[in-house]
Amino acid sequence: MLSRTADDLFWMSRYVERAENVARLLEVADRMALMPQDAGGTDEWTAVLIAGGVAPLYTELVGKVEADPTLRFMALSPENPSSIYNCFSVARENARAQRHTITRELWEAINDTWHGIRDMTPEKVEGMGHTAFFEWVKSRSHLVRGALAGTMIRDDAYSFTRLGTFIERADSTSRILDVKYHLILPTEEVVGGAPDYYQWAALLQSVSAQGSYRRMFGDQIRYTNVAELLVLRPEMPRSVRSCYDNIMENLQNLTDSYESQPRCLRMAGKLRARLVYGEVAEFTGQESGLHEFLTEVVGTNLQIAAQIGKDFLLTPENEDTPLAFPENARQEQTMG
Amino acid sequence: MTPYDEMTASDGSVREAYRELEYWLTNTTVETFQNKRKEADLLFRRLGITFAVYGEGGDPERLIPYDVVPRVITGAEWGAMEKGMEQRVKAINAFLNDVYGDQQIFRAGHIPRDIIEANDAFVPSMMGVTPPAGIYAHIAGVDMVKADGEFYVLEDNVRTPSGVSYMMGNREAEMRLFPGLFRQHRVRPVDHYADFLRDTLRSVSPYKDHDPKVVVMTPGRFNSAYFEHAFLADRMGIELVEGADLFVRDEIVYMRTTRGPQRVDVMYRRLDDEFLDPQAFRKDSLLGVPGLVAAYRAGNIAIANAIGNGVADDKAIYVYVPEMIRFYLGEEPILNNVPTYMGRRDDELKYILEHLDELVVKEVHGSGGYGMLVGPASTKAEQEAYAERIKADPTGFIAQPTLALSTCPTFVGSGVAPRHVDLRPFVLSGADRVRIVPGGLTRVALKEGSLVVNSSQGGGTKDTWVLED
Repeated sequence: MLSRTADDLFWMSRYVERAENVARLLEVADRMALMPQDAGGTDEWTAVLIAGGVAPLYTELVGKVEADPTLRFMALSPENPSSIYNCFSVARENARAQRHTITRELWEAINDTWHGIRDMTPEKVEGMGHTAFFEWVKSRSHLVRGALAGTMIRDDAYSFTRLGTFIERADSTSRILDVKYHLILPTEEVVGGAPDYYQWAALLQSVSAQGSYRRMFGDQIRYTNVAELLVLRPEMPRSVRSCYDNIMENLQNLTDSYESQPRCLRMAGKLRARLVYGEVAEFTGQESGLHEFLTEVVGTNLQIAAQIGKDFLLTPENEDTPLAFPENARQEQTMG
Repeated sequence: MTPYDEMTASDGSVREAYRELEYWLTNTTVETFQNKRKEADLLFRRLGITFAVYGEGGDPERLIPYDVVPRVITGAEWGAMEKGMEQRVKAINAFLNDVYGDQQIFRAGHIPRDIIEANDAFVPSMMGVTPPAGIYAHIAGVDMVKADGEFYVLEDNVRTPSGVSYMMGNREAEMRLFPGLFRQHRVRPVDHYADFLRDTLRSVSPYKDHDPKVVVMTPGRFNSAYFEHAFLADRMGIELVEGADLFVRDEIVYMRTTRGPQRVDVMYRRLDDEFLDPQAFRKDSLLGVPGLVAAYRAGNIAIANAIGNGVADDKAIYVYVPEMIRFYLGEEPILNNVPTYMGRRDDELKYILEHLDELVVKEVHGSGGYGMLVGPASTKAEQEAYAERIKADPTGFIAQPTLALSTCPTFVGSGVAPRHVDLRPFVLSGADRVRIVPGGLTRVALKEGSLVVNSSQGGGTKDTWVLED
């Protein structure tokens, strides 16, 4: 397979996943903004911008953080590389370039999604309601994944596509969980006052995990449990651990079929070992322990993504590309 | 004069080949046509059978209007056309071999040498470079029109002729929209074109010791015909590559794959000569592959179509194709050329200038239907302005009589009406044999009375049926 094909497929699924996760982030903020205690505060919107890695860009292009402009910026702005609009556009551009590689069902799912987001306006979003809009974005992402699962041959192209999904999801789940850090530092183990409780509840809901949480831990929301669920639990499909189970599986498939032992496999294996054998107390002990741990996960995850690129997507002649990322920014596809 | 209609004879009777179709046209309501056309648009949009227009605003992905009424060609008519096209393309291949080889035809005095030397598409550096199996024009599009009941060749396209995906897409659409019509007619299939193309490309591999690696090369996803490039790669089951996917080491071309570098033996390129290799041609080209031409010269890769083919398909050399057939093949041409007056010949120049109001005048190096003068449809002032252009550069122009292009029944919104059409079949020349699928791309001028069928100027397309006799 052409390296560019693998690259396009990787980024196609990454951007679809990112669109879904931006919608989930916005959903948390939108819910939190409904809390009576909030009274016009905008912390949750600042947190969304930080988690999205676009806070400086927002300040530069828009200015003051307010609910509606932030929502528009994150959902529909062509100027924000991580807006849902841009995520779907870039995903579709990649799919278009690989239309001969992907199935018709997958192409149509992505192409129809692009037509949908292209015709979306702030007025339409208001008209249908924020929640309905977020649901639409999520359902499109589900549809794309379903078309992929239901129609694509299980070959290396499929593995690269899946890798994109889980690299992005590991990044997003870490960032969503870290939103809490930017809002308020947890001070006690059992979640304290009502605002805090609702924030954690909104967060769980945004990763579709409220029900799962209740089933696993009972109904009292403890922040250590939330952290365990979203970071360490293999049963939780959006947990970092679960993402790394999938990343390892797909990397293993690739290395088996290519008969190679790439560096990215070892890096991913090391991170996964920490997630498998780690305990939640290790990183929730100190005040900012979780934030530091999540920051590290995000950083390592980015390095692994870059190493996948080095191992599979570049030919020897440009092997020495340095791996560097701007602080806190999101990885973007570089056209080359 | 009423133009020749392919369905209805001048006495009002319906031609045999169109009998069933005419009955169907008469018994199908305007609403049905409208609905089917909408369905077709949706189908093309969903399949992504579009062409891209950037920089004009609006949706960059446009549909070429598709007319749901098919065009019918009888098996007997096709048989003659097929033989004629094969003959023509064989002669053109022999000519290209000669131009970049011994140049016998010039020395024999059949074609003036300066016609070639004045053509920018002539690539002197290709002199003495013989492509594998001596094939230059692997894929040729022979544009034909029907006038007074006979087919004439309007021009040959031996650089990178496009449109074959519409031939195949139109057939898919037509079969989905009107399966019943296919039960009533014995329509010869066209969907094996991709197999023919793959076999043709494989046959010219410079290596016989291994399974040839064939790729389609595109300028990229922003090219207007990108869909077609992707479509053909998909149908042939081969890689679609861009310049950046390839590199050359020791005069061998490799593509970058997830398993490391992989050798390329045959390239079906869909970008022009000048962009192929910044080391050989345009230095600012980012689309090409540095070193590609050196690899080609070394005989390590076959490029289809060959470099420098443009000398064989401009409007001046067109006049000499019958001469090539006689010279190289010792045969009489089967297909007609349209009578053509050349600005480079003094007596013909005089005739052109005196008859501007009845001729179609074209730039020798023009294409896409631009820069031409349609005499009968022009004003006196336009003719005078055009005359000045001709006088300033007589060799740059040719003129042809205004042909009464044939018409075909076409759905035009309010009903079915005759519209002018042309035809582009595709001729594939491999090391082993020539392959032609029965059919081609029919383009239709949707505007009433218009003779311009180019999609850039409001033309549409039709499914083209060659019947089993």
